[in-house]
Amino acid sequence: MEQFRSVTGSAAPLVAPNIDTDIIMPKTFLKGVDRKGLDIGVFNSLRFTDGKPNTEFVLNKPGYEDCKFLITGANFGCGSSREHAVWGLYQLGIRALIGSTFAGIFNDNCRNNGILTINLPHETISDLAECVTHPEHNELTVDLENQTIRINATGDEIPFEIEPARKQALLQGLDPVGATLQHVAEIRAFEQDYRIRNPWYF
Amino acid sequence: MSFSKTLYDKIIDAHTVRTLDDEGLILLYVDRTVLNEYTSPQAFTGLREAGRSVWNRKAALMVVDHVNSTAAHRIARMPDDGGQRQVEYFAENARDFGIELIDILDNRQGIEHVVAPEQGLVMPGMVIGAGDSHTTSYGALGALGFGIGTKDIEHYLATQTLVYRRLKPMRVTVTGTPAIGITSKDIVMEVIRRIGADGATGYAVEFAGDTLYDMSVEARMTVCNMIVEAGARGAVMAPDQKVFDYIKGRPRAPKDSVWDAAITCWSALKSDPDAHFDREVRINASDVAPMVTWGTSPDQGTTVTDVVPDPKAQTDATKREADLRALHYMGLRPGTQITSIAINHAFIGSCTNARIEDLRDAASILDGRNVAEGVRAIVVPGSTQVKLQAETEGIAQRFIDAGFEWRQSGCSMCLAMNDDVLKPGDRCASSTNRNFEGRQGAGARTHLMSPAMVAAAAVEGHITDVRKFSRGA
Repeated sequence: MEQFRSVTGSAAPLVAPNIDTDIIMPKTFLKGVDRKGLDIGVFNSLRFTDGKPNTEFVLNKPGYEDCKFLITGANFGCGSSREHAVWGLYQLGIRALIGSTFAGIFNDNCRNNGILTINLPHETISDLAECVTHPEHNELTVDLENQTIRINATGDEIPFEIEPARKQALLQGLDPVGATLQHVAEIRAFEQDYRIRNPWYF
Repeated sequence: MSFSKTLYDKIIDAHTVRTLDDEGLILLYVDRTVLNEYTSPQAFTGLREAGRSVWNRKAALMVVDHVNSTAAHRIARMPDDGGQRQVEYFAENARDFGIELIDILDNRQGIEHVVAPEQGLVMPGMVIGAGDSHTTSYGALGALGFGIGTKDIEHYLATQTLVYRRLKPMRVTVTGTPAIGITSKDIVMEVIRRIGADGATGYAVEFAGDTLYDMSVEARMTVCNMIVEAGARGAVMAPDQKVFDYIKGRPRAPKDSVWDAAITCWSALKSDPDAHFDREVRINASDVAPMVTWGTSPDQGTTVTDVVPDPKAQTDATKREADLRALHYMGLRPGTQITSIAINHAFIGSCTNARIEDLRDAASILDGRNVAEGVRAIVVPGSTQVKLQAETEGIAQRFIDAGFEWRQSGCSMCLAMNDDVLKPGDRCASSTNRNFEGRQGAGARTHLMSPAMVAAAAVEGHITDVRKFSRGA
């Protein structure tokens, strides 16, 4: 997993509530056995009309083509558990999502794939979304180490909170499976005891 | 300081291998999983690439359900090449990692969340994490069920654990006697409408109250299944005798003296009387009417007697915009009577509502009635076992006589990953769980409701109040 330290890039506003993973990654793109080629699938029904870019959609507008950040509405990523949504966002170049709330499975999937999710109060999100509506000040620097979002045009900084374990995993680009396998002896000991207490499960 | 615990906390405590920080992050032992062909392939590839094996191959079950055809005649071939490749790789993974596979030609095949309980894979007190959001269904059996992504499937398979952050407990208590024609689907849709699509985000939901305990285990599965549409990251219910009776004798259920010991242990699985919940929601079932969604989020629902709401009444600007967009997509005007909405499709299926009781319930509406002209109506049983039982009971024939297509099992038109896809502008009365834009096909419009409501809409050609079909009404 790629490390996340400090990333600079443009941000797009996408603040409708309840944007679900069906919209982020439509079913047409779920038929692979690998993770490849999913960037084209992201918001496909919004980004394209009859195979051509829909110029009305924010990610197709000048100044938003190579966004690294999305400013998102409440409950972003709700619905299906499909991790394809997160793989696709990452392949499209998205490194962080800044929103008021994220759906649980989606948020875990982001954690496991090196996408930073930042929770901020609803009002802060509205202000930030309004700010990045203007391409001339949609460039942000997200500094994970110092936990700040900097609006580069104005120099304003917004601090954010993040769970320490999540921060470390992103900073170091840790493979979660490898990290857990360091505790193999403990898992085995737990399981042995668990099996004695719950023989009907085995 | 109280030492009383919720059932959720008891289950988590019993599964905690170690704490990982002092803010509630733990290594959680997970008892079992069920795998499908579309969210698991990359997890197995991850294991292969790292040279890792599966921790406990007996603790998993693989079921083909998402991409298969539901055509009446069953063949091994998937409807498209992508799906075919997924199913082939699925079988290869089952073989190479030694996990039991229920493939498309197996008479135990069906939707994973219908099959797993049928096979006795799910037992009270277990933690089950699986690569599908509707894993919350297992709460009805006294297990804590929740959905996980593909990387976490890989994590589970390699370590039998997940890195897990403890959730806040929430309780939804349902009391009161529901009117005839009101199902557990209506109750959970009312809960979602009331608390919103993120009303349970960050919570594990325990369902409680006499109303649900008076209902069957299958009806409870519907409630636990669909609470994920309010954002719940897990669901659980204290198991009772009905749950024990449901599990007893199933293929993977314990037997003889082990069974007796298990019952003694499982009977203690309940929240302490004064346990604290961070959020409490109370529903009086006698006030619940048949529910129908009008929008593109499961919380955009109302009663069948109501009208399509006016977005102008929304005080929050982003919600108003979302409502406007939803009405535009759905092709509906504010003030339209819900019962005047004409449909051209009716779908009875999905892990929410395609168990045998759901089919009996829907079929009871059909006696002497036929599907309205211009409506295509299909039934996709939750599993092949449900299908066979419905055929034995004569229910299948009642559907067929009324003009429904009687299909093989699968996820089918709930998410339209197979060839059961609606066309743009189609409007479907659906017993499923999600009315998202494009869910049943690009441009297609979905109205969620109970299976009996779908059957009633199918025969009238428009959404209608099922209560007028009820015996004695």
